[in-house]
Amino acid sequence: MNLSRRQTLALGGAAVTVTLLPISFAQAATDDAAAIIAEFTGGAAVGEGDIELTAPEIAENGNTVPMKMAAPGAASIMLVATGNPTPRVMVAHFGASAESRLSTRIRLAGTQDVIAVAKLADGSFIQSSKSVKVTIGGCGG
Amino acid sequence: MAIKPRVKVPKSVAAGEYFTVKTLINHKMESGQRKDKEGNKIPRKIINLFEANFNGENVITVNVEPAVSTNPFFEFQMKIEAAGDLAFKWTDDDGSVYETSKPIAIG
Amino acid sequence: MKKITKSILAGGMLALSLGFATQANEPTDAVMTIDGVTIPTHVKAPAGSPLPELFSGWVFRSTETQAMQLDDFDNPGMIFVDQAWETWSTPEGSAGKSCADCHGEPESFAGLRAVMPKWNEAAGEVYTLEDYINESRVKYMGADKWKYSGGKMAAMVALISLQSRGDIINVKTDGPAAATWEKGKEIYYTRVGQLDMSCANCHEDNYGVMIRADHLSQGQLNGFPAYRLKNAKLNTAQGRFKGCMKNIRATPYKVGGEEFRALQFYVASRGNGLPIEGPSVRN
Repeated sequence: MNLSRRQTLALGGAAVTVTLLPISFAQAATDDAAAIIAEFTGGAAVGEGDIELTAPEIAENGNTVPMKMAAPGAASIMLVATGNPTPRVMVAHFGASAESRLSTRIRLAGTQDVIAVAKLADGSFIQSSKSVKVTIGGCGG
Repeated sequence: MAIKPRVKVPKSVAAGEYFTVKTLINHKMESGQRKDKEGNKIPRKIINLFEANFNGENVITVNVEPAVSTNPFFEFQMKIEAAGDLAFKWTDDDGSVYETSKPIAIG
Repeated sequence: MKKITKSILAGGMLALSLGFATQANEPTDAVMTIDGVTIPTHVKAPAGSPLPELFSGWVFRSTETQAMQLDDFDNPGMIFVDQAWETWSTPEGSAGKSCADCHGEPESFAGLRAVMPKWNEAAGEVYTLEDYINESRVKYMGADKWKYSGGKMAAMVALISLQSRGDIINVKTDGPAAATWEKGKEIYYTRVGQLDMSCANCHEDNYGVMIRADHLSQGQLNGFPAYRLKNAKLNTAQGRFKGCMKNIRATPYKVGGEEFRALQFYVASRGNGLPIEGPSVRN
């Protein structure tokens, strides 16, 4: 079989697509994130409420992305990066003298949704999510 | 370089009013996802726990995963009713513990 | 003004086409205040400058990255300044001396970073701050040279740069230094690598314009050493030159070698008029 360079490239491309399609990596990670959140909530329903997640819409570099989370009165807040190879980021527990808010810097493997889930004092859960676009630097880095 | 925590804590605060505390520690936060030049996985070595206690009472505890950036940064708000010491503790995967504390006065 | 219009247009188009919020990268009259010290980031270029006006690389960064530099505690580059403080007073080498033994406090170097690199009469060549540090280590401390672009060097340059924060760059390019300056200039404008690009193609002709998802800067050195979010450490000027050359698929010159030292001298002089702000935070 004689293949031109172009045909070979096309075949290679097709092979890559086939390999990736059945289990998309991002999809797997999102499922994983759902499981991680379920573990945190004990399977309880997660509602909406007074929780704020502040993140840049566009992160200049995925290595250091500033994040702020706040949920007045929350006992703890979990942060999950749905598109990371390991979506867990952190769980913060707040004592009586702390306001239920935390600022930090995290790693994001690519453009994805980041979710903050707060456990309120009454044991209920609320969440907020933010989509963060992670750009690749101008010169490939 | 030695791992050395940095903290920014007000010297004195008003009783019952929230104030800001910032912390930064120099640490690679090796995620365990990277490979070296020979293709071997570089073992994970991160700060996995951050705690702040005021006069022995927990203010904040953070369970940290490899997704936290190199040189972990935490900023939080707290209030106190009486003077005392704010003690910080970072726990490393290798068991090392990095600690520092700052006195806070009421005034 | 043409360049600014271009960059605002580019930013505006991005916002329109993708529905993003404005990226707040408006380069005009941007001023940064670090711990109460106000530092201009956009100034008129001095007569003879190849640039119509000068911009700190800070103005091209996102709001979040910019914010990280506005508080010395938030700036992770300061971790390394702290480390250099320790190094400063730690004796090393056969003479058993530390930096502090000869120079007292780092404050004694106030203003120095703003005139670097400069002609060194005794050596008969242009010296960068890195050259001076290594000379001190070898000649007066009896210690080994530091790696030109290594962590210890970057940290010490950061500590010394900090003493000149806000000082206006005034690199002297005439007299015996002129030949080195010409050499640096030639390197700046010479196309190299598989992409056949010169420094000027990006940093003079196209600053403010998007390169993929990034804004090109003027490639000013006033913020060096720079803490990059990308590699979470301080990066030296020549370390950045090396990265740039790899990006255009060129074989980088040797860090600490004649070419890069001349280039550092020339590029530093293109910032004459801008204030020193290193260690900065960049993406």
